[in-house]
Amino acid sequence: MALATDIFSILCISAGVFFFFAGAVALLRFPDTLTRLHALTKADNLGLGLVVLGLLPQVDGVLPALKLCLVWIVTQLAGTTLSQLIARVAREKASKA
Amino acid sequence: MTLAAILDASFAALTLLVATYAIFARGLFAAVVAFISYGLLLALVWVRLSAVDVALTEAAIGSGVTGALLIGAAARIGDADGARAGQPKAMTKIIAALLCVAVTAGIAAAVLSLPTPAPTLAPRAVRELPATGLGNPVTGVLLAYRAIDTLLESVVLVFALIGIWSFSRDGAWGGAPRSPDAGTSDSALTFLGQLLPPIAIIVGVHLVWTGADAPGGAFQGGTVLAAAWILVMIAGLRQPPRIDGGWLRFALVVGPALFLAIGLIGYGIAGAFLAYPEGFAKPLILLIEAALTLSIAVALGLLALGAPARRHQP
Repeated sequence: MALATDIFSILCISAGVFFFFAGAVALLRFPDTLTRLHALTKADNLGLGLVVLGLLPQVDGVLPALKLCLVWIVTQLAGTTLSQLIARVAREKASKA
Repeated sequence: MTLAAILDASFAALTLLVATYAIFARGLFAAVVAFISYGLLLALVWVRLSAVDVALTEAAIGSGVTGALLIGAAARIGDADGARAGQPKAMTKIIAALLCVAVTAGIAAAVLSLPTPAPTLAPRAVRELPATGLGNPVTGVLLAYRAIDTLLESVVLVFALIGIWSFSRDGAWGGAPRSPDAGTSDSALTFLGQLLPPIAIIVGVHLVWTGADAPGGAFQGGTVLAAAWILVMIAGLRQPPRIDGGWLRFALVVGPALFLAIGLIGYGIAGAFLAYPEGFAKPLILLIEAALTLSIAVALGLLALGAPARRHQP
């Protein structure tokens, strides 16, 4: 049983790290602000979600698990709002230029 | 080499790399961003050293609040367009570099000359801890053994704020600081400003409450509350308060004042300044922490807002 949950954790966290990596590559390689933001936010939200999902079987108790989920939700909220603000500034700059 | 050692080595290398970048970065803003990343990396290093209290403080104060203050300062210097005019001469740079090298060498010499095993008060601190009723040795050191340090720290914040306020023009004295919101209402930001504060209040109060028995405390909790307050103002949901408000000034000094009062009462009841009466240490410490949290939150929020800029209307 412990082996099964460990394998599940390793698979999920590895997949999460892969998405983080993909997001970072997109940030470096994509041509303009909006496409970079688009790739980065989606990949990171999914990546962090997978990491949290992988960590869930490793914690004991419901409260730490809820805390992990809260971290994921709050990070998503903050990331979404920030990317919205950056995109707005980028669009305003583009329309001025 | 174990996996943990590889992780620690890469953390150390990355921290040094980001610190170097923060020093040599060309742009002001890039340097500030590097400084914030450096603070977050440092917090991870503290976690790896099992110093979770220090990690929380580093993330909240060292990286979060300081980062916010630096971003504000960078934005203002950029506006003034005088950043280039103040470039130091080559001689100044060389002297500064030599001083930095000397300080680094001094610290390295001090660290390398430490005896092994290093002298420590930790066993004594942990042995006496049950007398205070606390479970977290860090809180025991901060509020029982070395309470005077913490008292002075909490007073320093008030002095820092008075220093910033003294930069206001005569006409603006007693007025409100400039609003941090950019003037453009953004629905996403408004939503976050409405949704996050309740969560932040729970997390902040939790950090203070749990500080008695686990990592956490007034500074960490106060920073979270201050961050929520600043977010609400950035989202334009609330305006910065006038600095002559009675309740505002009361909230600002209630923590240090209560700390000082309980310290003085210690003379009469327990025989020494800042000594807690037998059996009352934990409730008194929690009371001080609660008041300190409010004062720290208000002080940090006002520090981030800066000097009053709007004219005082009586």
